[in-house]
Parts: sequence; C-alpha cells; structure tokens
Amino acid sequence: MRVGFFVTCLVDLMRPSVGFAAIELLEAAGAEVYVPPGQTCCGQPAYNSGDRADAAALARRVVDAFADCDYLVAPSGSCAGMIRTHFADLFADDPGYRDRAAALATRSYELTQFLVDVMKTTHVAARFDGTVTYHDSCAGLREMGVKAQPRTLLDSVAGLNLKEMSECETCCGFGGTFSIKFGEISTRLADNKCQHIVTSGADAVVLGDVGCMLSIEGRLRRRGDTATRVLHVAEVLAGKIP
Amino acid sequence: MQVASMHFKARAHDKLNDVQLQRNLGKIKGKFVAKRREALVELDDVDATRDAARDIRQRSLDNLDVWLEMFERNAQARGATVLWAETPADINKLVLEIAFRHGVRTIIKSKSMVSEESALDHAIESAGLKVVETDLGEYILQINGYEPPSHIIGPALHKSKEEVSDLFARAHGTPRKEGIDELCLEARSVLREHYLSADMGISGGNFFVAESGSVVLVTNEGNATLTTTLPKVHVAISGIEKVVPTLEDIATLMRLLPRSATGQSISNYVDILTGTKGAGEFHGVEHMYFIVVDAGRTEVLASDVSEALRCIRCGACMNHCPVYQNVGGHSYGWVYPGPIGAILTPMYVGLENARDLPSASTLCNQCGVVCPVRIPLPDLQRKLREKSFETGLSTWQERAGLKAWSWFARHPALYGAAARVGVRVLRLLGGRRRSIRHLPFGGGWTDGRDMPAPQGHTFRELYARRQRP
Repeated sequence: MRVGFFVTCLVDLMRPSVGFAAIELLEAAGAEVYVPPGQTCCGQPAYNSGDRADAAALARRVVDAFADCDYLVAPSGSCAGMIRTHFADLFADDPGYRDRAAALATRSYELTQFLVDVMKTTHVAARFDGTVTYHDSCAGLREMGVKAQPRTLLDSVAGLNLKEMSECETCCGFGGTFSIKFGEISTRLADNKCQHIVTSGADAVVLGDVGCMLSIEGRLRRRGDTATRVLHVAEVLAGKIP
Repeated sequence: MQVASMHFKARAHDKLNDVQLQRNLGKIKGKFVAKRREALVELDDVDATRDAARDIRQRSLDNLDVWLEMFERNAQARGATVLWAETPADINKLVLEIAFRHGVRTIIKSKSMVSEESALDHAIESAGLKVVETDLGEYILQINGYEPPSHIIGPALHKSKEEVSDLFARAHGTPRKEGIDELCLEARSVLREHYLSADMGISGGNFFVAESGSVVLVTNEGNATLTTTLPKVHVAISGIEKVVPTLEDIATLMRLLPRSATGQSISNYVDILTGTKGAGEFHGVEHMYFIVVDAGRTEVLASDVSEALRCIRCGACMNHCPVYQNVGGHSYGWVYPGPIGAILTPMYVGLENARDLPSASTLCNQCGVVCPVRIPLPDLQRKLREKSFETGLSTWQERAGLKAWSWFARHPALYGAAARVGVRVLRLLGGRRRSIRHLPFGGGWTDGRDMPAPQGHTFRELYARRQRP
C-alpha cells in the first residue's frame, strides 16, 4: 500500500518534526510512505481568498504529484479537507482534472483518520505523562469527520489523561489569511480558546493542525502563559514529546 | 436602513472593547445554542427533516414565478390586494398610499426585517403619521432613538435587562422597574392603548403560502396577532423568496424554524392569516394588503449565491458563529448580520459597500452545519470573495501577496530555497523564547499574539538529507 504523504506548507516551514512523526506513525501502521517531490501548497490560501485561478494551478500540481499513490495522507484536517471537499469544485470547467481530483478526494485522509479508519490502528506505542485536552480543528471536524479517531489513539498513549475542555469544537480564530486581515477578531477567538484550555486544567492542548497550533500557542505566550504546551497529535502519538 | 457595512473592522474593534456588550453577548450560548441542541433531539430524524426543508425551499425558488402568481391569485380570491415592491423605496411608497387611502393616522407594527431595509418607520413619520413598534425588542429600539436591530429574531439582544430598565424609566417617566415581568407588564400597558387606537397594522411575513394565499407569522409575544387583527387594515410585507407552495410545506418548515431559532418545539403563536372578513364573519380585517418585495432578490436568484434565498430567518447561523458571538450584530452595519448577512448584505447594498463581510469569517462552517435548510454559507461567502478578487475590490497587498505566494509554490526549487532562508531568519528572530513578538507586515497577527518561531529547517531539506545515502 503506497501512501503519499502530503507534508503541508506549515509543517514544511514551521514544524518539520511533525512531518517526521507522522511518517513514523504511518510506517509503524504498515504503510509504505512516499513523499512526492516538488509538492508545495494545496492552494487553500488562494482558494479562500477568492483567487480561483492560482488555487486551481496549485491544486493541479497536487493531483499530478499524488496520481500514483493509493492514498494521500496529511498531518492536517485543513489541507486534507481542501483536497477532499473542494478540489473537484476548482475544476468545474475542466472535466479531465475534475475526475482525477474527485478520485484523489476519495483517497485523501487526515492522519489520525487514516490510521484508525483505514489502517485500523487503535494502539500506539507511546508514553506521555500528563493531562491533555483536544482541540477539534474546524475543517478536520466539519469537512473530514475527524472526532473520535484522535481520541481513540490518544487513549492508548501510556500515562496520558484526556480531559475535554468546554467548546472544544469552536474555532480558534486562525482561519488562514483571516488571522492577519482580521487580526483583532482572530486574537479574541484565540483568547477564548486559551481560556477554555486553561480552565480545563490540562497541561497541554493537543491538536491536528499547525495553523491552530500557531494561533493558540502565540496567544498563550502573549498572555504570559509559558507553561501550557501546544502539541501536534502526531508527535504525541509517536512518542516524540520530551 | 443606512449602510455602515464598510466600517466593519472599526465597528468590530469598538464592540470587542465594549465591556457591557461583551457581557450581554455572553447570553447567546446559553439562550440559543444550548436550547437549539436540546430541542432538535425531539425530532425523530433531524437530518431527513433538514433535507425535506431544504428541498421545499429550493423547490419554491426553482419555480418562484409560478408560486408567486398562484399566491397572488389565491390571495385576491380571498379579498386581499397583492402589491409588488421592486425597490426598498417602493415599499414605503406603497405603505403610505394605503395609509392615505384609508385615512390612517396611527399605525402599529409587528416585527418586519424587510421594512428595516427601507427604513419604513422613518418614511411613515416623515409623512406625518404615527407608528409604534409592538415587538418588545423593536419597541425597545424605537424608544431608544431608533437604534438598529442587532439580531434578526432578537433585535435588542445586545441590551441587558438593566439597560432596558433605565430606558423604560426615562422614556415612560415611570419608577424604574427591576424584574423582567414588571418590565413586560409596563410595555404591555403602554402598547395596549396603541393596539386599540391604531387604524392600521403592519406585519412582516415568515412565509407566504401559494395554495391558500395566506401569510404565516411566527411569534412569541402575541403582538403580531393583535397588530394584524385589531385595526381595520392589515399590511403584510415580505420578500418574494418567502413563498412556499403548500400548507403541508409549512408544517415541515415549522418543525425546524422555532427549534433552530429559540429552541422551542413551537413558538407561542403561529398566525396563518387568509383574506379579509367575509359577510357574516366575526374575525378578520376589512382591508388586507400584501406587499411582496424584490429589492435585489431576483438578482440574488440569478447569481451563484442563490441558495442564500432558502433562508427562513431562524438566526441559528449567527447564534453559532464565533465571529458574531464576539463582535455582535451592529458590527455588520446593516439589517442582516452574521453569516447570512455576510452574503445578503453585499448582494442587496453592493459588494463595494460591504467588501469586508464575506471575508470576515474563518470559514469554520459552524453556520453551515446548523442551518435548517442546509445553505452552504461558507461556500457562498467564498463565492463573494471570488467576486471581490475578480473585480479588484480586494486590497492590492492581498492580491500581491497571493500572487507571490502562488508563483513560488509553483516553482518548488525556488520555493525551497526561499523557504530555507525564511525559516532561518524567523528562527533567529524568535530568539531564546522561540517566539516572535513583532513581525514586520504581520501586525494583524503580532498585535495580540506571538508568532511561534519555526524550527529553523524546512521539512523538505531535512527529508532530502535523510534520503541521501
């Protein structure tokens, strides 16, 4: 089974360690992982800013790069959601690519979703001593249906205690370019999220998208909170948290 | 209503820093979000009911002309007069013509958001007639100098009980009341006189029913029932999109509307008003008028955001929107706030006057998953973003940034080289804290948040290094 790993821009630039943790998890689950060279961005920033032409140009590259993979897996509900639910729309006037994009969409998964739903993984060999709370990122939850999968896997981490925060499904305010264009509103949403995390009493918030990670961690630190950790689910599951 | 949607950011800034308003907005989650969730559990099959509701509304829109003509025929057969308003100004003109025809001097009004589009109350008062809003929320706003509504079903949602207490004492010249019951009783006694003396009643219309020529009113206070039955003239105003084929359709929609709106199984009152008082009949008005309003709706129907017209005005999208929950309805600057307003406002008042609204969301899709008629709100917002981009309404900085980004992303070798330099620079900027406090050109982010520093190498360069033997 050849699994094409879609690194995503934010993992590439900001948190490469998340990418390596994800690859380890996939390999441990029995997948043959292939990282198509030349991959960059799924086009979502352009798509959500109304720039269809550039979004389609970037999406076309993704469709080509992952053509010979059985699956596409991304350590992000947001990028996977873009490919799964929006690629076909970008090629409404391009039947050739539309069909290929639609086919790729059905083979595209968020990391924990792929591990649980496709690879039938329910246990990981990792240890994390502490209480964590899980933030459901919007696209992962509402476009991909990622809800139980990360929790199932986190439950199997030795020493880890999962404690839900209130409003775990509410947006953290990241929203891609929204976070810059409407920085003040974005910050308020992030602040609300931080409040829920802190109130939950968890030592760390675990999540599946680096975008949310940056927004939440950035706000926590600005609030003067240097204790609460912000961790990507891939690194927790791979036992990479020191 | 005057359009202030171009000032979204400035208004949102004020609202985010308004301590009293922030406290008042906190009510939304308990009052609407939690109650809706509890009420929907009562339905055997929520998803199938939503599908049915979507189909009913879509069928109405697909053959809108047919249903509107059927509505007109059946309404006229029952003695009502159907009038068509092409523009907001036409609404005011038609209402005043009706008022003058029947020698009307005082008017009572139950809630009508469509009449806010045309600032009908101002037109009535300018013509020297008296108008009194009878919906409690609208009444509060009226006696506070016609403050604009901030929510489509709870127009005065932004106000606390204490603010209303102060307002009533000031406006009514009565001792200040504290309890909600006392305040309601005071409003009731003030309004009662107006019901009995008014010559004409104006209502909105949740739905028009084609097969019976009826208007359906969904309310909780009973004010609409009095408004539409006590005076001799009733004028119901609503949009062309509000017609549905049959009463059976209303039954389906009513399973979702109150539940999605206020978390009630059914609203306290549901009025289905059909025709004038017949010979020998005891109930009914002498003169009944329907003003059926276009005011930009046919343009929406012909556009790629036409699904927005399925809206049944429950308000669930705004109640669940994290942006609305924090900035409140006034930030949006016109009649319809929140996710649905971010689509309707630019369509009705011009995208150039409401450029920020479609972009002022994280596309989190919380609105889409609660919409009872399954309007894909984030997709429609994105369509308007595309229109902004195509017509050059988006800022040059945004356009230049996107173009540069996508050019690099299409040239992986250059992208990789630039990225390697970029992440090293940012890593250095992060210093020992590994957190950047100020980013040039990134003030939107770093004014209120740190930017966590990157790890210092890109995944691609590290992966390439590992692959090398």
